[in-house]
Parts: sequence; C-alpha cells; structure tokens
Amino acid sequence: MNFPILSSLILLPTVGALFLFFTKDKEGNNSTAKYVALFTTIVNFLISIYLWISFDQSTSNFQFIEDRTWIEGFINYKVGVDGISILFIILTTFITPLCIISVNNSVKNRLRDFLIAILIMESFMIGVFCALDLVVFYLFFEAGLIPMFLIIGIWGGPKRVYSAFKFFLYTLLGSVLMLVAIISIYWITGTTDVIQLYELGIDAKYQNLLWLAFFSSFAVKTPMWPVHTWLPDAHVEAPTAGSVLLAAILLKMAGYGFIRFSLGLFPVASEVFTPLIYTLSVIAIIFTSFIALMQEDMKKLIAYSSVAHMGFVTLGIFTLQQQGIEGSIIQMISHGLVSAALFLCVGVVYDRMHSRMINSYGGIVTIIPKYSILFMLFTLAALGLPGTSGFIGEFLILMGAFKDNFLVAVIASLGVILGAAYMLWLYKRVVFGKLVNEDLKKMFDLNRSEYLILSFLAVPTLFFGFYPDPLINTIEVSVTDLINMHNSNIASK
Amino acid sequence: MENLNLVLPEIFISLSIMFLLVLGVFKKNSSKIIFNLSLFAILITAIITINETFSVSRETLFNESVVIDTMSSLMKIITLIGGFLVLVISSSYLKTFKIYNIEYPVLILSSILGMMVMISSNDLIVFYMGLELQSLALYVLATYNRDQLKSSEAGLKYFVLSALSSGLLLYGCSLVYGFSGSTNFDVISNQLNSNEYVLTFGIVFILVGLAFKISAVPFHMWAPDVYEGSPTTVTLFFTMVPKIAALTVFIRFLYVPFLNLIDQWQMIIIFLSIASMVFGAVAAIGQTNIKRLIAYSSIGHIGYTLAGLATASNEGIQSSIIYISIYVVMNLALFSCLLMLRRKDQYYENIEDLSGLSKNHPLLSLCLLVILFSLAGIPPLAGFFAKFYVFKAVLEQSMFFLAIVGLLSTVVAAFYYLRIIKIIYFDKEKDKYDTDHSIWLKFSLTVSTILILLYFIFPSQLIEVVSRINII
Repeated sequence: MNFPILSSLILLPTVGALFLFFTKDKEGNNSTAKYVALFTTIVNFLISIYLWISFDQSTSNFQFIEDRTWIEGFINYKVGVDGISILFIILTTFITPLCIISVNNSVKNRLRDFLIAILIMESFMIGVFCALDLVVFYLFFEAGLIPMFLIIGIWGGPKRVYSAFKFFLYTLLGSVLMLVAIISIYWITGTTDVIQLYELGIDAKYQNLLWLAFFSSFAVKTPMWPVHTWLPDAHVEAPTAGSVLLAAILLKMAGYGFIRFSLGLFPVASEVFTPLIYTLSVIAIIFTSFIALMQEDMKKLIAYSSVAHMGFVTLGIFTLQQQGIEGSIIQMISHGLVSAALFLCVGVVYDRMHSRMINSYGGIVTIIPKYSILFMLFTLAALGLPGTSGFIGEFLILMGAFKDNFLVAVIASLGVILGAAYMLWLYKRVVFGKLVNEDLKKMFDLNRSEYLILSFLAVPTLFFGFYPDPLINTIEVSVTDLINMHNSNIASK
Repeated sequence: MENLNLVLPEIFISLSIMFLLVLGVFKKNSSKIIFNLSLFAILITAIITINETFSVSRETLFNESVVIDTMSSLMKIITLIGGFLVLVISSSYLKTFKIYNIEYPVLILSSILGMMVMISSNDLIVFYMGLELQSLALYVLATYNRDQLKSSEAGLKYFVLSALSSGLLLYGCSLVYGFSGSTNFDVISNQLNSNEYVLTFGIVFILVGLAFKISAVPFHMWAPDVYEGSPTTVTLFFTMVPKIAALTVFIRFLYVPFLNLIDQWQMIIIFLSIASMVFGAVAAIGQTNIKRLIAYSSIGHIGYTLAGLATASNEGIQSSIIYISIYVVMNLALFSCLLMLRRKDQYYENIEDLSGLSKNHPLLSLCLLVILFSLAGIPPLAGFFAKFYVFKAVLEQSMFFLAIVGLLSTVVAAFYYLRIIKIIYFDKEKDKYDTDHSIWLKFSLTVSTILILLYFIFPSQLIEVVSRINII
C-alpha cells in the first residue's frame, strides 16, 4: 500500500482549516465556512471507513505503516494502526462532522475561527491515535491543548477563562513528566519507536518510575480521581461542540495511552501498580457517582458521570484480562457516542431556555416528545441497559474484573447501580413530572439538524448494543496479542 | 605573515564604522544614507564570514589569541543577522521619537564588532576588549532616547551595574592569570593540574561577571528596568544579540580553559540555571508592562540555555546553541508585534493594551498566539523543540533533577504566556491600532512566525549545522 492514507487522514482537516482561513468571516450564520468544514470532515470520515474496510482483522501487526526520517538519527515520523487504534480514529472522524453540524446554535460569533479550531483539533486527535513513535505521540497529545484552550476560552460560558486555564495547566503539568519519561526511554534503549520498544522491552528496574511518569499524564487526561477536577469546569464552560469533543475523544486519548504505552511498554510496572489503579478507579466510580447524584447542573452531572465511566475503563484495562481490555475499549467507544449525545441533548434545551439547571425543567415530555425519546435512549445507554453499547462495555469490564479480583468487581458493580440512579433521576427531573415553569411551553421540538445528529448517534449506540461483533472482531487479535506479549514479558522477568 | 583573511569580517566592519562616522559627521541630513550603508556593511560582513571562515575547522591567529572555528562563524552569523534585522525594523520607531540619527547604526555596528571579537577570543585580554567595546556601545544605546527620564535611568543603571560586573570579571581574569601564568585559554588549560583549588576563585568571579551580562539569576536585577526604560528597538537588540556573544564566551570559558575543573563549576551553572528558570517563571506573573515581562521571560530562557551548558557534553552545548537560535527568532517575532502596537505616533507597551486585539487585528493576533505558545514550549511549535533538545541533552547525562525542575517551571511560565493570550483573545476589544507599518516590520514578523510555525517540518537542518560544533 503506497498511498499514505494515515497521513492524509491527519492532514486533511488542517488543509480544510487552511481553506477556511481564506473564506470571508461573516457575522451570524456563516454557511460557506460551515459547508467547507463539513465537507472536509465527511470526506475524512469516508477515508477512515475505507481504512476500516481494507484493514486486515486477522493479524495483530500494525498496518498502513508510514515511516520517514524526521530528525536525523533520532526520531522518525512513524504512524500505523492496529485493531485498537482504528476504532478510535473512526470515532474521531465520526464525531467531528456531527460537532460541526451542531455549532449552528451554540456558537454565535466568529464561527469561522471556531471551525478552524475544531478542524485542527481533529488533525491532532487522529495523530495521537496513529502515532507509533513516542515523540510523535507526545507532540500530537500536547498540541491538542492549543485549540481546546481557545475553544473553551473564546466561545465558553461566563467562567470560561478560569476553566480554560485550569484545563491547560493541569494537562500540561501532567504531560511534562511524560516528556521526561520519553527522553529517558530514548536514553535507556536508544529508540522511541513503539514497535521496536515492544520487541526490545525496557529493563524492569526503570519501569516503575517511567510508568509513574506516563501515569501522571494519562491520569490527568482520563481523568482519574483525584485529578479530575478540571473536567467538570471545562465541560460546563465549553460550548456544546467543545464539550462533545472533550468527552467523546479527548478523554479517550488517555485510555488509549494506558493500553498502548503503560501496558505495552511497562508490563512489570503495570502489574506492580494494578492495586493503585484499582483503588483510584473504584473511588472514581463510587465517589464521583455520589457527586453526580447531587449535581444541580446537567452538564456537571454528565461530566461527573464521565469520570465514573472512565473509572470503569481504567479498571478494565488493568484487569489484564481479554474481556476487561476489550470491554474498556468498547466502553470508550460507547462513551464517546453516548456522552457526545448527552451533551448535545443538554445543548438542545440550553439553546432554547438558556439554563442548564435541572430544576428549571420538568414535564417537558409532552412539549417536546421527539427530544424526550432520544434523550431517554441515551440515558439508558449511559446507565448500561442491555441492548445498548454501554451494556456490552460494562459487562465485559466486570467480567474481566471478576476473574482478576472479586472484591473490586463487587464494589465496581455498585457503581452500575449508582449510575442508573443518577441518570434516571436526571431524566425524571428534566423530562417527567409536573410542568411548573410556564416558559417551557414555548419550547419547540428538535429541528432537522439536531434530529439528524442525535439519530446518527443513536444508530451505532443501538446497533453495537445488539451486535458488538464488528467492534470485537476488530480489536480481538490485537488485544490477545497485547496480553500474550504482556504475559511473556512477566514470565521472562 | 598570518592569515589575515580570517579576520577580514572584523577588519571590514571596523573600517565601515570609521567611514560611516566620518561620512555622518561631514554630510548633513545623512541619517537615511548611513542607515542603508550600515545595513549594507552588515550584509557584506555576513557574506565574508560565510565565505572565508565557515570552511575553516579551527584556526588560531595572533599568538593564538584569536580563534576561528565553526562555532565562532555560526555565532557571528547569527549575531549579524540579528543586528541586521534590528536595524531594519528600527527606522520607523526612531523616526516617531525623532531620534533617527546617524549614531544609532554606528553604535549598533560597534557593539556588533565588540561581540565578534568576544566570540572569536581565545585570550582573556582579547575577550575583555571585545566585551568593553560592546558594552560601551550598549550603554549609549540604552540611553538613546535621552529626553525621556526612563531611558536615561536605564542607561545609567546599565552602566553602573555592568561596570561593576566588568570589574568582577576582570578581577577573576587577573586571579586566573596570577595562578596559571598566562592569559591564553589553551595555555591555561594545560597549566591547570597543579593549582586547581585556588583557581576556583578566579572561575567564580569570571562566572559572576558573565552571569551579569546574560542576566542570569541572581545577577538579573538590572534587566527588567533596563529593558523597560530603553527604546523598544534597543530592548530588542539587548534581548537577542549580546546574549549570543555572551553565551559563546560562556561556552569557550567553561570548555576550553576550565574543562578539567568541571566539578568546580558545574554546580554553579546548575544553580544559575535552576534559579533563572524558576525565578524567570515566577516573577513574570505579576508584570503589567510587556517589556518587563519579556525581561523576566528572557531570564527564564537563559536558564534553559544554561541547563544545556551544565551537561558538560557536546550535545549539551549544541542544544544550548539551538535554543538560543530559536529564541532569537521568537524574540524577533514578539518584538515585531510589539512595534506594531502603534496609534497616532504613540507606542503601547502595557499588556492591557493588547486587550481584545483578536477582534480588530486577527492576523497580528494569530502571530502573537503562535509566538506565545512557542515561547511557552507547546508542540509542534519551534519553542518546544528548543526545550526538547536541551532536556534531551540534560537527561542523557542523568541530571534528572535539573530536567524536572526545568520542565515544571515551563508549566509555571506557561501561565503568564497564557495570560497574554487570554487578554488578546478572551477580553473586550479596544480601539484599532494603525496598520501602516514599514514593509520590513511586516517582513520580519511574517518570516519569523512562519519559521516558528513550520520548524517542525524540517527540524534536522538546524541540528545539522550546529552538530558541526564540537568543542570538547
């Protein structure tokens, strides 16, 4: 395969952004800019689908590899995909066009600049998921801070400056230690090429510190308890499209990083630190679920639920069982779809009523029925009802956890109940009940674009809930290989 | 007869200075001609430097008191380019303040000559002569806008403190001469085995003097005041060009005569580096004037440069040189933006004046965004690579503490860069600024921003040039 398909996936959004730069920036509804952005991202989505189709599921080797010298004798620009990364790439290319359709209402000024930021963000996110060199990965991982900082800071809510700073500095602080670790790895092994590092292995005596350095970065980004506090702030202040990107894709970078780097490069340390991850994950699941129960702000509630869900993900990854890791990946994909949808749902009512407070709603089921149905679907998916993609993920994770550590699995299962509690209670308070607020009567139901976006998200949520095989087939071989590699590394140490 | 070709650049620039001075004195209203001619002179000097000396691997002249090698050629070229660009973007600023006089280019040329002598020196006396020639010109430049109180104050402060540091430096030199019996770097290096501990005194004094010149903490106090008070174009000159020369001298001092005494000076450099990085980051937070802020940020950046030097390895030296080169480009870009903040012949230099700039001047703001994120060291911009090379060199020597402190201070430093971005992008807009800038200002901003933005595509080129420098 000669065509550099991955590089074109990475570059295309940036090229689109460059084009946008030359369109006129009109106040209000800037449709040219939107069509250019939409066109770019849809083409990108189609390319990624083509990538999935031509991807060979029977092997765990990295495919579509591009390897070019970048800094002489030091770093190569190396990208490639395996079964794990390909799903995240598709998630990214799938969510981004939906974000762009959704900006109609949430972004009032400087639409063109907003779209440029989103497109550049997409480039970086795809880059993260296909980087096969640690430095290249770091570069994309960090670079994403710039557009996201602007998205929150320029188009966000009243406390946007505080949130943007908190987001940026927290993440940067986490990441610099990872940079130290990456350079140290180069110093120890002489390469930053991930595939080579998989083969070489890193000396066990260095692994613990390196693992911790990577952990500091991923833990902030996941986010794990107790470094999760930037997330609710960022979510609440970001415009809808920003929240969607943040929840659906940005958080997944860390989960992906855990699988690809923490497990793959530091098997011994991963074993050592499993209790730490278990503890933090379980605290995240239980503690943030309780916090979510108490929230008055819809966006905050969903943000905390994200923390809890990501707690499941980290738990699943470090069970080091086939089911656990597969479950985590599916949970991440599912959370990508569902949390995106939930934030969009909040965005829909916010655009009409300009309030995110739960108590300013109630009884809207009769006024906007279409919305209520779709919102219900995603609520149920978020709490992991069988038949939705959320169930598959949680089920597999808990299965993996039961195999590895019974106690942890039991406590984590409580999180499922709590999850059901806060999601259903949210739904009840917003949609059912008495119509107290008379203003709500003026609300109109989903318009065409909102309906379109939410349906687009509903289809895969339901489809993969009933038939998760396409996902599992894609990742299975890669995960098996990862676990085998892990076990053989442990055995040899 | 020695090979005078090798000092042709210095000879040429000295003759140009004399010629321009005479021309300026005898011909009335000749400012414009003098400006253009001095630009031309710098250009020719740069060409001669590239032609004559870049091919030489290492040659010494005048009883080995002057050395021409790859490092000296490269640093001279960076100095000349820096000087050239400062000069071309100065004109409109000087005209505004009605100080568009013939002395300005001549002084810049003289200080460049001093720096070139410093860069090539292989002898304490030659080095000191270069340093003083440079400094004298700089004192006058600092106080160039003499009708303004702040500028006079800046010049005086700079003069007093710099003279003090020169005194310390000279005292250190005399100690070194006293104990080693020579002023020549190579000879000192050979003599060093016997009197090591006594020499430490000399080294310390010399390092203190040099730390003054590059404004490393704790010898930085003069920098914010001088930077704020001097005319902006002179501040630009201060933050870029003398630092290149001082860094070269730093490298030469540490790695030629005193390489064997590495245990004595390494801790000092590490201390200077850590103190500068941390202090530069923390103290910049509360600043309201951009020039003061840049002063603190340049203190921080010097800290990173010193971190590379502290490694005592060729990679470290190379990474420092890469750092300073990238820093020069970033600084040039930043000051070009600053010089564009002009409304009806008045220049603005408070951070508040940038408020909401992005609404009225989207392109200028975008440039500032790129520059500031690059200064903060966020990938994929050039500033990230500068830091990356330094910390790679530091970590290769297992100096984890230095690397971690340095990287943590980048997070603190990121805060104040972000604050400026916040003011530009998130705050309410003010009146428009003038847009009729000189073509050279636009040129330097565009080119430097593009370099910063696209450096990541071709990162190898700079490394390739710098990797020819092997001091140790």
